[in-house]
Amino acid sequence: MRDDPLIFDQSQPGRRALAQAPLHAPAVDDIPDELLRREPPGLPEVSELQVVRHYTRLSQKNFSIDTQFYPLGSCTMKYNPRGSNALAMLPGFLDRHPWAPELHSQGVMACLYELQEILARVTGMAGVSLTPMAGAQGEFAGVAMIRAYHEARGDRARTEILVPDAAHGTNPATAVMCGYTVHEIPTGADGDVDLEALRQALGPQTAGIMLTNPSTLGVFERRITEMARLVHEAGGLLYYDGANLNAILGKVRPGDMGFDVIHMNLHKTFSTPHGGGGPGSGAIGVGERLLPYMPVPVVAKEADSYRWLTEADLPRSIGRLSAFMGNIGVVLRAYVYARMLGREGMARVAEFATLNANYLMHRLRDAGFQVWFRDRRASHEFIISLKREQKELGVSAMDFAKRLLDYGFHAPTTYFPLLVPECLLIEPTETETQEELDGFVEAMVSIREEAARDPDYVRGAPYTLPVRRLDEVRAAKRLDLKWTPPGAGDGETEA
Amino acid sequence: MSNTPSDLYYAATHEWARLDEDGLVTVGITDHAQESLGDLVFVETPELDKAVEAGDACAVVESVKAASDIYAPVGGQIVDANARLQDEPELVNSDPYGEGWIMRIRPDDPDDIERLMRADDYEHMIEQEEEG
Repeated sequence: MRDDPLIFDQSQPGRRALAQAPLHAPAVDDIPDELLRREPPGLPEVSELQVVRHYTRLSQKNFSIDTQFYPLGSCTMKYNPRGSNALAMLPGFLDRHPWAPELHSQGVMACLYELQEILARVTGMAGVSLTPMAGAQGEFAGVAMIRAYHEARGDRARTEILVPDAAHGTNPATAVMCGYTVHEIPTGADGDVDLEALRQALGPQTAGIMLTNPSTLGVFERRITEMARLVHEAGGLLYYDGANLNAILGKVRPGDMGFDVIHMNLHKTFSTPHGGGGPGSGAIGVGERLLPYMPVPVVAKEADSYRWLTEADLPRSIGRLSAFMGNIGVVLRAYVYARMLGREGMARVAEFATLNANYLMHRLRDAGFQVWFRDRRASHEFIISLKREQKELGVSAMDFAKRLLDYGFHAPTTYFPLLVPECLLIEPTETETQEELDGFVEAMVSIREEAARDPDYVRGAPYTLPVRRLDEVRAAKRLDLKWTPPGAGDGETEA
Repeated sequence: MSNTPSDLYYAATHEWARLDEDGLVTVGITDHAQESLGDLVFVETPELDKAVEAGDACAVVESVKAASDIYAPVGGQIVDANARLQDEPELVNSDPYGEGWIMRIRPDDPDDIERLMRADDYEHMIEQEEEG
C-alpha cells in the first residue's frame, strides 16, 4: 500500500475548491480588534478531488467494526445498527438548538426521559442522569457523589477507596481525582476478590469500593452480595463500573447485587460508535441514597409534559459536567437501540455475548491455547496466556497481536489485565457469527504454526499494513503530535 | 530465564533490597520485573525524606505496556533516589541490580530485611505465578 502524503504536503499556493467557498463572507463586526487574526491560517491549499481522495483513502485504512472482527477485550466493540444512526439524525433532533425552550423540546425530552427510565429498570437503580460525556466522566461523577454523600453526613474521616486489582484500569485514577487514596484488594486464585483481604481492609476510613462485575478477569464475582453487605456494614458505598455490563444486561441487575451507584458506557453496551477518543456517554444510575446528588440536568415528567431538573430542584447535585445535555446524539442513538431491543432483546444481548465468548474460549482451548481460568465459565470475555508460546517458540502476545492484523483481525487487548503474563483479553461480542469466530481460531492456530517454523517472521509482523512495528519507547517519550512546515524542526514533543 | 542474585532480598511485589555497609537499604526492581514490564519510558522516583512503612507505594515505573507501583520493601525514611532515571529510565532494563537502582531507605530496623524472601524462594514464587 502506498504511503499517503499528509494533506499539508499536497498543498500548492492558490489551489482551492471554489465550489465550497461561501458566496458572501459573513459580516463579523463585533469581534474586538486585538482578537482578529492578522495572517490567514496555514490551511492546506488543495482541490476538492484531492480532499475527497485523501480522506477516503485514510478511511479505508481504518480497522473498524464495519470492516473487521474487533475482539478488543473490555471495550465491547459490537455492531452499531444503522437504524440507530438514522433515527438519531432526524431533522427534529439534529436541528434543535440546545437553548431551545422546554416547550419546543418535548419530543427530545420524552426520549431522554424514557431512556432514563429504561436504564434505571435494567440496572435496578432508582434514578439515572445522562449528562456525563464519557466513561471517565461517569466514573468521576459516581465517586464525586459518594464523596458528597459522606460529606453531607459530616462523615469526613472516610478517605479511602478500595479497588480490587482486577478492577477496570481507570478506577484508581478516578478515586485519586476525587481526592481519595486507593487501597488495592488482591484477587484469589479462582478469580474472585479475596474476601478475607477485603474484610481486613474495611474500616472507618472506607468511603467505598469500586468494582467491575464481571471483573476484568472475565469472570463473575460470585460473592458479590456478601461483599456488598461487608462494605455497607463498614459504612462504605459500592460503585459499579459499567465496563462489562454487556455480560449481564437484562439478566442480573447491579442494584440487586447491592451497588449504590453505577456508570454505564452507553457507547459500549448500548451500541453507539466508539473508539479513537469519543464521543462517549457515561450515564450514571444511583440508588435512593444518592438521588439528591445526581449531576444535572435530568429530565422529569410532570403530568403530560417534561421539564429539566436543575440546581434549583437538586440543590445538593454535584453540578454540571457539560454545557448542555451530554453528547446528546450518542444518547439518542442509545435510546433507539434500547427501544429496538426491548426488554427481551436486552437479555439476548447478554446471552449471545456470553455464548460467543464461551464458544471461542472452548475452541481456543481445544486448539491447545492456555485459557487462564480454566475451571470458570467465561462472562462476555476471557483471557488466554501465551506464556508457553513465548517460552517455547520465542513469540510473545504482542507478536501474535501484530500478526493477527495481517490476517484481517483487530488484535484483542494485550497485556491487560496486568495479573496475567503474556495475556490476550478477548471479547467477541454478541454480533459476530460462528464463522467469524472460527476464522479467528484458525488464524491463531496458523500463527502458532508460523512461529514454530520461523519465529522471526512472526516477530516482524505486520507486513500488510501501511505502518510496520513502531518504536514504542520513542512513541511514548517523544510525541509527534503536529505537522511542522519543512525546515522548522522535527515536530516532536518531549512527553 | 531471568537473573536472581543470591546475595539480595526479594519482595513478593518484585522489588529487590540490599543492606549496605553504611546501614542503608538500596532498592530496585528485579530482572524478572523489568522483563515482564518491557521497555521503561518513565520512572517517578520517590519523595526524599519521606517516612514509609513496608508495603507503602512510593515510586512508579511506566513501560510501553503498563504503569506499576514500587513498594517499599522495608519501613524507614527515604534518603536517596536515583536521579539518573529521570532521563535514562532504560537503566532499569539494562542493569536492574546496578545502575538501575531506584531508592535508598534508612531502615527503622535493620533486621526488617530478614522478613523478605531469599533468591530461591523468589524464583519459586515466579514459577508458581507463571503456572497460573
